[in-house]
Amino acid sequence: MSSDIRFTDFKSDKQPTWCPGCGDFGTMNGMMKALANTGNDPDNTFVVAGIGCSGKIGTYMHSYALHGVHGRALPVGTGVKMANPDLEVMVAGGDGDGYSIGAGHFVHAVRRNVDMTYVVMDNRIYGLTKGQFSPTSREDFETSTSPDGTHQQPVNPLALALAAGGTFIAQSFSSDSQRHAEIVQEAIEHDGFGFVNVYSPCVTFNDVDTYDYFRDAIVDVGDEDFDHDPSDYDAAKDLILDRDKEYQGVIYQDDSSVGFEEREGVTEPMTDIPDGAPDDAMDLVREFY
Amino acid sequence: MPEDLNWAVGGEAGDGIDSTGKIFAQALSRAGRHVFTSKDFASRIRGGYTAYKVRTSVDRVESVVDRLDILIALTERTVDENLDELHEDSIIIYDGERTMMKDFEAPGETTGLDVPLKALAEDAGGAIMRNIVALGAACAVTGFNIEYLDESLEKRFGDKGEAIVENNKKAARLGAEYVEEEFDLTTPYDLETTDNDYVLLNGDEAIGMGAIAGGCRFYAGYPITPATDVMEYMKGRVENYGGVVVQAEDELSAINMALGAARAGARSMTATSGPGIDLMTETFGLIATSETPLVICNVMRSGPSTGMPTKQEQGDLNAMLYGGHGEVPRFVLAPTTIAECFHKTVEAFNLAEKYQLPVYLTADLSLAVTEQTFEPDEFDMDAVEIDRGKVVDEDNIDEWTNEKGQFKPHALTDDGISPRSFPGTTDGAHMSTGLEHDELGRRTEDTEMRVKQVEKRDRKVETAREREDFDYREFGNEDADTLVISWGSNEGPMLEAIDFLEEDDIDVRFLSVPYIFPRPDLSEEIEAADETIVVECNATGQFADLVEHDALSRVKRINKYNGVRFNADELAEDIKAELGETTEVEA
Ligand SMILES: Cc1ncc(C[n+]2csc(CCOP(=O)(O)OP(=O)(O)O)c2C)c(N)n1
Ligand code: SF4
Repeated sequence: MSSDIRFTDFKSDKQPTWCPGCGDFGTMNGMMKALANTGNDPDNTFVVAGIGCSGKIGTYMHSYALHGVHGRALPVGTGVKMANPDLEVMVAGGDGDGYSIGAGHFVHAVRRNVDMTYVVMDNRIYGLTKGQFSPTSREDFETSTSPDGTHQQPVNPLALALAAGGTFIAQSFSSDSQRHAEIVQEAIEHDGFGFVNVYSPCVTFNDVDTYDYFRDAIVDVGDEDFDHDPSDYDAAKDLILDRDKEYQGVIYQDDSSVGFEEREGVTEPMTDIPDGAPDDAMDLVREFY
Repeated sequence: MPEDLNWAVGGEAGDGIDSTGKIFAQALSRAGRHVFTSKDFASRIRGGYTAYKVRTSVDRVESVVDRLDILIALTERTVDENLDELHEDSIIIYDGERTMMKDFEAPGETTGLDVPLKALAEDAGGAIMRNIVALGAACAVTGFNIEYLDESLEKRFGDKGEAIVENNKKAARLGAEYVEEEFDLTTPYDLETTDNDYVLLNGDEAIGMGAIAGGCRFYAGYPITPATDVMEYMKGRVENYGGVVVQAEDELSAINMALGAARAGARSMTATSGPGIDLMTETFGLIATSETPLVICNVMRSGPSTGMPTKQEQGDLNAMLYGGHGEVPRFVLAPTTIAECFHKTVEAFNLAEKYQLPVYLTADLSLAVTEQTFEPDEFDMDAVEIDRGKVVDEDNIDEWTNEKGQFKPHALTDDGISPRSFPGTTDGAHMSTGLEHDELGRRTEDTEMRVKQVEKRDRKVETAREREDFDYREFGNEDADTLVISWGSNEGPMLEAIDFLEEDDIDVRFLSVPYIFPRPDLSEEIEAADETIVVECNATGQFADLVEHDALSRVKRINKYNGVRFNADELAEDIKAELGETTEVEA
């Protein structure tokens, strides 16, 4: 890790194919800044991405990376971190990836509390498949597959995380770049599973949850006059269950958390193994006498 | 006197059948006798017939036969289930005071020994030890030195304290004394012991041991019969070597965790059975396209769907060979003995890393849950070699970067094998993806690159064929006109079937094939034979299809798919029938 790392070092030379104005640009820049600010470099960073417009992020960043199958990024991140706790592991994907096909993994990753950062680019729509509703879409939202409204309640990802025992639950807005980068940075610095739901507008398929909408709706829980204490579970719960407003900032944080890998006693990378069986391997056989 | 003894304990699930059988099997092993066990269990926790059978001899035993000499019957059904196997010298040990056995009469010429198992166990300190009383009785019947039983009781109950061990020893003695005093028995059984020190283990345990010895440090899995033993074995052991076992929320997660760990540079494995393989198939293609070394262990059970979860079958070959959309190379290894489960696991990790692809390691249920004795040095740890393949580090990574200094994890090479840089390696940062990619790992739809990457991945198979020895094991008479081929656990019964056939002057040449893909070319062997018979535990003959395909020649097939493994005498009869030899019908 060198101190002269700049956030542009995390940029790959691939030009993003995101639509001009897509929220994912801002989300990615904030992630790169946060990584650089926390003293990481591309060679000790592993980015796991899901499938979707959001999932392309791994391609546009420069680091060790895996672009997996739809919805399974969190288990991959878990495996990476368990096998090498020295790595900075960041998992990124969309709301469909994380809360629909990958919802099961989301709950379990939160509950396991592996020390990694999970950034969800929540645009409340399926972007890559061209505009179907997503699990965070509003109940009355009209899309190509819901011409007269979704008829399904949206999930509340923060509530899911809280219920699953989340130790770091935050929300940010990709175009508030300064705050977004700060919040991701705090997630990285958190010992345990740092979860950030990022409002990352889709300018092509979602004309309801737009930049303007979020700009107006967002309340920053970090504001002095708001006076929120993230370690206060009940206060966090009230904010999370209040669906009339969109909050940004660190909503809940349990500072006493310990990552799963640490609780499982994994301290060293599993990369170094002997050229042959371990010296005492015959003991494994003798157990069967 | 029979050369081998066939012993069984049977009752209802929950009767402690498994531990009873295991204690006796271990005692025999400690006494320097070879042991081969088989389990008949139903897919339920309590109730339902279960049995644990032990075949033992001073010579190696490789299979079950349909003869039962000593039967500890805790229920009437135990006797009914085994009627065919009882003979005039069979002895049934039962407890006439047990409700289920109240009106029991030993069938046919067999001898029934009514031993008050429960009452004697209570005398020794608790009714729970009635199975141990029965074991003591069995020792008396077979002339087996009860001190060997003591050793395995110590091993079994040592953790629970001296008193428990002593009570159990007493229970066994009460059982033995009762038989000696109450019955005027002369049995043909007299179990000889030797000075050999054997180890007794099953295929799942051998796979777990092979994984640890072979450098596997990360295991993620989701419990499923009959693969769970692998996970349970590794848990609590791999940690001693800096590894970890993660119980995932499902198989989708398990294989993705294993993939993540493998990408992070760990030797990584998951194990499951049929239904789990289906779920893992989604990620299988990603593993292959991203060229990630991973061992996926499929302990086969009877399918399709949840099928018969506790029964034998070899029905997943096609799923492993062809499962998944698109086309990607994968290796499929299928050990044929328990000892080979160990060796092939070590090999699976080497192959996965040398050729950077997913390796299916498959054992069938019979191999996985059957225990067998071996000389300890059949698990020769000194012979384990670990080859991590083309891993680059700071010093040589330059050879694998482009003019911009970017690392090429999918470099196009003559042998199809690209360099690997473990995360953390300076200047090695790179992208891996399930999308078609260029040498840098970046998505491409360029037609030329697509073709090159497909061919590069396929080329690894050719390279492996050149460099590795994908051989078969050969038994029987090399010059015989009849060629028998099998895979998986059929080797054991087939070895004994050869002896039975010899008694009838039928010679066979037998090839047991542990590699499904890449596999040895058997064309010449088939051409040299008059008849080729492929033996397997499935209905359609999935391996026979491969053999026919390779050799462009029709083969005969012996298929068994009732959920029970082959036994040796049955297999010999089947082979005779295939050869058109009529068996004399017994009068
Ligand atoms: C197993 C599987 N099912 C469906 C798809 C098709 N698919 C690709 S992206 C996507 C939805 C993406 O939505 P989201 O995660 O919200 O990401 P966004 O594109 O909006 O960033 C779907 C359904 C797939 N790739 N794999
Ligand atoms: S479709 Fe929407 S989410 Fe996808 S790149 Fe365009 S704006 Fe972004």
